[in-house]
Amino acid sequence: MKQYLLAVQFDESVPETEEETRAQMARTAKVTEDMKSAGTWVFVGGLMPSHATTVVRPGHGTTTMTDGPFAETKEQLAGFWVIQCDDLDEALSWADRCALACGRPIEVRPFNDGSGE
Amino acid sequence: MDLDSVYRAEYGRCVATLTRLLGDIGLAEEAVQDAFAVAVQKWDEALPPNPGAWIVTTARNRAIDRLRRESTRQARHAQALLLHQPDEPKEVGPVRDDQLRMIFTCCHPALSPLAQTALTLRLLGGLEVAEIARAYLVPEATVSQRIVRGKKKIRDAGIPYRVPGAAELPDRLASVLTVLYLVFNEGYTSTSGELLRTDLCLEAVRLARALAELMPDEPEAIGLLALLLLTEARRPARVGSSGELVVLPEQDRSLWNRELIAEGHELVRRCLRRDQPGPYQLQAAINAVHTDGPATDWVQVLALYDQLLRHTPTAIVALNRAVAVAEVHGPALALAIVDELDLPGYHRLPATRADLLTRLGRTADAVAAYDEAITLATNDTERTFLETRRARLTPDT
Repeated sequence: MKQYLLAVQFDESVPETEEETRAQMARTAKVTEDMKSAGTWVFVGGLMPSHATTVVRPGHGTTTMTDGPFAETKEQLAGFWVIQCDDLDEALSWADRCALACGRPIEVRPFNDGSGE
Repeated sequence: MDLDSVYRAEYGRCVATLTRLLGDIGLAEEAVQDAFAVAVQKWDEALPPNPGAWIVTTARNRAIDRLRRESTRQARHAQALLLHQPDEPKEVGPVRDDQLRMIFTCCHPALSPLAQTALTLRLLGGLEVAEIARAYLVPEATVSQRIVRGKKKIRDAGIPYRVPGAAELPDRLASVLTVLYLVFNEGYTSTSGELLRTDLCLEAVRLARALAELMPDEPEAIGLLALLLLTEARRPARVGSSGELVVLPEQDRSLWNRELIAEGHELVRRCLRRDQPGPYQLQAAINAVHTDGPATDWVQVLALYDQLLRHTPTAIVALNRAVAVAEVHGPALALAIVDELDLPGYHRLPATRADLLTRLGRTADAVAAYDEAITLATNDTERTFLETRRARLTPDT
């Protein structure tokens, strides 16, 4: 079994109504339920927008703190699933459902399980 | 048969089977290369009766030896895979289904289109990196980087080694057909330099033939093979004695390859009987009409283009259809269609306009359109062809 991160990319500059948000939450909750009954689900979480983000950087034996995310881009990580399945095709078919449910691009990324070089 | 032709014929098949046995493309390639290195020494006198089986068996044994010496996790995994096949006979040959798995792995849509092409030519066609680089006029380092990255993604992302299930198959097959079609086209009308790169055409036909044999119930796979055969059949007539491009109506039909045409026609008839038309089958049917009898039946070609446009409503199909419209309904109507199309940077749009304007007697407009087409054309032979046409319009300059 491999584990995959399905990361939701979110354009923070596009406002959405409360109703849209609710409808999306309902749709994504359904996908999560299906992942659970398929035995694929490992973790799911939604994130606060980037205004609530802080970066801590190491340097010279100490750290500095800055307000905001790594990159000040419109597209930010909005939430993610972690799933386990046999191969990329299975992960991609879940990503299809996730993308349609939340109406946003999904980045599919395998976890490094140490089998590579 | 010498070792080189065995290599070309068997490399891809053996790597495909070893990939299933070892669970990793990189290990499979190493093992097959090891086996061929042994063959160089042992096949001095005569080839074994079944060279492919000899290579697979030797590669498998070499891989076992190699894996026993190594202790990485990947090696242990591969060894476990090998040991879990106790029923495997002593001598195993390449398995045809493995090749089909490999085609779908190499043409997986999660890989970049360039990686798909390079992996297909390397792993299925058995072409060397240098040959692929020559065919695409790119540095060898670029090709090998693409292949290395592609194989790494297959392994690390977990791209499966199997034929997709029924639900995914139509999409995934489309991606395989596209790769083979693009390989052929790159050979037939190279994006730069000289017109034809025959080795790419032949390789695409060979792979399309293998795919059609492996998936005899997929009409679009048959359609693609028919399309490539009927196009390939006309290749000898497509370039004149001094290397110039010869367009279809002016080709010497006695130079066409009758055998390939007969095979292509038979496949098109098979598709017609099945009656599940798709873009490749329709293009094959159009080419069947072009290669049937002493001259093209344009009314039939136009009817097929109408159907193709409904399946694939793209500007390129509309442009090709306009050529048939000109033959059936005259150049004025065709020009009206062409003028509505938007294909930025594509030389064939102004080239087609130029031809239609010439036939309408609008010489000045035709010259301007040829100029535009000449600027956009990237293939030397096509550019020369356009310059010759343009020169005919202005004999005094």
